[in-house]
Amino acid sequence: MTDLPRNQHIIASGLIAGVGVSIAYISFTQEPADAFVFPRLISSVFAVLALWTFGKAVLGKTKVGNGISGDAMKKMLPGLIVAIIYIYWAAKGLGFYTATAIAFFVLVSLYDPAPHTEFKTWLKRIAITAGFMAVMYGLFAGLLNVFTPREIFF
Amino acid sequence: MDFLFYMGDVFTPINFGLLLLGTIGGLILGATPGLSPTMAVALLIPFTFQLEPQQGLILLGAAYTSTVAGGAVSAILLKIPGAPANIATTLDGHTMATKGEGAKALQLSFLASAVGGLFGVFLLIFLTPVLAQWALAFGPSHLFWLAILGVTVIGTLDSSSVVKGLLSGCIGLWLATIGFDDIMGAQRFIFHPSVSGGINVIPALIGLFAIPQVITMFTKGRSSDDAEVISVKKHPIRLAFLEVFKRKAALTIGTLTGSIIGLIPGVGGQIAGLVAYDQSKKFSKESEKFGTGHSEGVIAAESANNAMVGPSLVPLLTLSIPGSPTAAVLLGGLLIHGIFPGPDLFMNYPQVAWTFIDSMLIGQILMCIFGLYIAGLAASVARIPHAVMAAIVLGLAVFGSYSVQNSMGDVYVMATLGLGMYFLERFGFSAAPLVLGLILGPIAEANFIQGSMIANATVGIGSYFFTGWLNWLLIVIVLASISYSVWMEVAQRRYTTKDDAVAKEEALS
Repeated sequence: MTDLPRNQHIIASGLIAGVGVSIAYISFTQEPADAFVFPRLISSVFAVLALWTFGKAVLGKTKVGNGISGDAMKKMLPGLIVAIIYIYWAAKGLGFYTATAIAFFVLVSLYDPAPHTEFKTWLKRIAITAGFMAVMYGLFAGLLNVFTPREIFF
Repeated sequence: MDFLFYMGDVFTPINFGLLLLGTIGGLILGATPGLSPTMAVALLIPFTFQLEPQQGLILLGAAYTSTVAGGAVSAILLKIPGAPANIATTLDGHTMATKGEGAKALQLSFLASAVGGLFGVFLLIFLTPVLAQWALAFGPSHLFWLAILGVTVIGTLDSSSVVKGLLSGCIGLWLATIGFDDIMGAQRFIFHPSVSGGINVIPALIGLFAIPQVITMFTKGRSSDDAEVISVKKHPIRLAFLEVFKRKAALTIGTLTGSIIGLIPGVGGQIAGLVAYDQSKKFSKESEKFGTGHSEGVIAAESANNAMVGPSLVPLLTLSIPGSPTAAVLLGGLLIHGIFPGPDLFMNYPQVAWTFIDSMLIGQILMCIFGLYIAGLAASVARIPHAVMAAIVLGLAVFGSYSVQNSMGDVYVMATLGLGMYFLERFGFSAAPLVLGLILGPIAEANFIQGSMIANATVGIGSYFFTGWLNWLLIVIVLASISYSVWMEVAQRRYTTKDDAVAKEEALS
């Protein structure tokens, strides 16, 4: 195991151990105590296992999990940013269908291996996005009658 | 023979139409690499809201059955298993295809899947009522231990690390406690308004299974898959029938192995296919031909992974313990209709239970018929670029989660859990025990509290939860599954180099 996954393992298992210990602390200190009987049981096991995992990561004895390579992170980051903006802001802020259409088009364009310089490629991407949106509208607005947030646009 | 009484309900126009839709759709989804049966079924759940319970279950059951079988198409024609369950099929199936026997391999795989699948569903039909009767004797302490058993078995057997598997289960159990406590009405761990009503299982399932796949597709960047679809020459179906029944040993070993493995909670189709392949090879008179495009390899693997489907639902329908991650998602499909599986399912909702089971029986036959005809189309769909697939899955996940309660909170929960799960998976944690913890958490807690109340008024908590042969049996199984997994982990480490482990993990991800 190289140093990068080891450090990543320490950070990841440290975060989980932090969550585990916090949950255990809350479970044992919050009132009414009767409402936290089961969480106490769970959080005790959670905290012990999380600290065990953290200890193993610190000692460099973690055997499972490859972590995330720099290359994978670089490749996923643009898509991840688009997805996060789409889900946590645009879907509500712009309207579900508008945000979905934009996010879909941007993601397809970002990860499509076809060259960006060809007009035909862009036409194809627009057609795929339009087709997908038509299916989504038909399914969710037409068939399932789901009323989605409209906000600024649609 | 209750199943015969309700058989007619499968053939009502709507039910049969949904069965056809689920079967054909499932075959296409199954053939698509990256769309596992669990994820496909999770994404389908929002479409069942407006359906009657049995209609929704028919759709989900058909999709479950045919996604497992559909995965063989891309395994054979593209050398990319559509689902982990089809890994063993690739070994001989793709070699057959490269030799110009693609049609034969597909026919063998669908016929063997149908035989295995039918046997598995018959096992479901005959075992479920017997176990359901037995399970009526279960009290709160037994149900508590059963829920813990469900989480620990999947946590230990389905994960590459026992500690991380159990930890995933604990995270799921903790997530299940978020919201208002049922008895005192107290707030627990409500750190954001989106989770004030607790974590809804459906958006959580969608997020945990779909979002990590989307991010994994992002990590491939702008590369194309370049998978070449091998053209399929015609092959008479009559000869495929004769071949399947000529290879009785492989068919029997595959079917029995798959059925037995399906009954064990937590052990999925991936293992069923590989174990059946390995056993068939051991008992075959032509063992040296395995791996070179031998029909027995395809028959054993495919009969096993479909034979597993029916039995994996036995613990779900009788004890409300899902036998596999896909069964856990099906449980979510039942819960949204207010139906809680368990011992009294067959008494309170016999029509729902039996129509669903009967539809799986008919679904196996439909899957075989349609599988043979749409394999070519499914293989073409399997070539959808990952950029488009990632965007489609993301869009479906957002719309599907929102439509559960028309709430943006559910979308945020779905995305946050999915994002977290992707990172957890990269560090050796797995989604299945977390999902089981999330689903079984309320069962475990309700029975723990109920049991504690009974215990306080009678024999005391220690005696109530730790005495009696059934409590003991369940505790022993919990401990045995943990011990066995620890032993396997240690033994595997002894014989596997670190490089091998890393390579294997990369291949699986």
